[in-house]
Amino acid sequence: MKRLHVQTRINGEAAEFLCDPHQTLLDVLRNVVGLTGAKEGCGTGDCGACSVLLDGRLVCACLVLGAEAEGRAVATVEGVAAEGRLHPLQQQLLVHAGLQCGVCTPGIVVAAKALLERNPDPSEREVRFGLAGNLCRCTGYDKIVRAVLDAAAELREAGAGR
Amino acid sequence: MSDASPHGFEAPSSVEGAVALLAKHGAAARVLAGGTDLLAQLKSGGRHPRWIVDLKRIPELMQVREAEGALVIGAAVPAAELREHPALLRRFPGLAEATALIGSEQIQGRASLGGNLCNASPAADTTPALLVNEAEVEIAGPGGRRRVPVAALCTGPGRTSLAEGEFVVALHLAPPLPRSADAYLRLIPRSEMDIAVVGAAVRLAQGPDGRCSAARVALGAVAPTAIRVPDAEAALMGSRIDAAALERMTLAVRAAARPIDDKRGTVAYRRQVIGVLARRAAERACERARAAS
Repeated sequence: MKRLHVQTRINGEAAEFLCDPHQTLLDVLRNVVGLTGAKEGCGTGDCGACSVLLDGRLVCACLVLGAEAEGRAVATVEGVAAEGRLHPLQQQLLVHAGLQCGVCTPGIVVAAKALLERNPDPSEREVRFGLAGNLCRCTGYDKIVRAVLDAAAELREAGAGR
Repeated sequence: MSDASPHGFEAPSSVEGAVALLAKHGAAARVLAGGTDLLAQLKSGGRHPRWIVDLKRIPELMQVREAEGALVIGAAVPAAELREHPALLRRFPGLAEATALIGSEQIQGRASLGGNLCNASPAADTTPALLVNEAEVEIAGPGGRRRVPVAALCTGPGRTSLAEGEFVVALHLAPPLPRSADAYLRLIPRSEMDIAVVGAAVRLAQGPDGRCSAARVALGAVAPTAIRVPDAEAALMGSRIDAAALERMTLAVRAAARPIDDKRGTVAYRRQVIGVLARRAAERACERARAAS
């Protein structure tokens, strides 16, 4: 089987890797590039634990082939905390104890950040619908939703809720 | 990896390039649009293509074009982009709402109309909405291009009339009738992220006399493919979409439904709720048509 040479951008930096034609972007990120933030929950696009952005669009990395990243821009949870400082979403998840086992958390952070960039002032309902593709088996969601709403308020106050 | 796993990945930049690759690899190739079905099938072992031909580098498949009131939707345009397209929202709000219902935000980022149609699930949300808008499917293949009515594409669960080497390039929507509107509703037991137990799409037009001058009714998940229901349409034609006409339509819908028993619902339940849903979709389409006139 011919391995493919893929040139892409990951979290703003040029990156390249070799992958098999069938290998998912999730597998490549975790096992070739060494970015293990995106998690494999279901592997079939149901749980959202592998949420990443592909050219700015929220996707499940388990439903993308590594080869598809050629010439695109990938953004993962590793790029969310700028210069070692937690993003308000990450900080509020800690404050609200919006995580327990932590497997869903990277996907929640990536998906919630994408949600707030589209809609800086979401209602609770909008947060719940927006994160419907991110399953959490620990928290019961309430703490996650409160964390996202508080992070949204914080971002709006800081004028950085792009 | 087993020997049956894919052996190659190609991402042609033109329809002609994709046709040539599919002709070369024959039955060993599968086209990839959003991948939300194909990659799940690779994972489950349901499909073993040796070659994957990604269609998303072909500009024609990734664009929504407007031409003299008609809308041409590239087969691989992601739902997240399509659901916000102003012309779709204005003229085909039912198709827009069906598109927005597919999966999560993550799935919306990838899933496409072409993929939803060609996966040929009887419960596909956008297929009934395409049927009531009498969409045409533009197909490319070794014999050139052809166009077929959307009703001719799905032939059974997971089966289409596409020949080997063919793929869908675009969906064509003719300008809607004046003073008409569509609507789509589906029933799922949760509030989000599920497969339709039943789905109903309706497009209605209102004549100058206030009576229904055109009616199209299509149902999902109550037959091996999505179906149009001519008797339900006849029940609405010429009426003022009043209670009696809606009741006749409801009965016609239930008579046409041939659902199965499965974990999502029984035959009796599906037949009952498809009537309710079609009626509500008709009422919604009627309100929209009146607001538009």
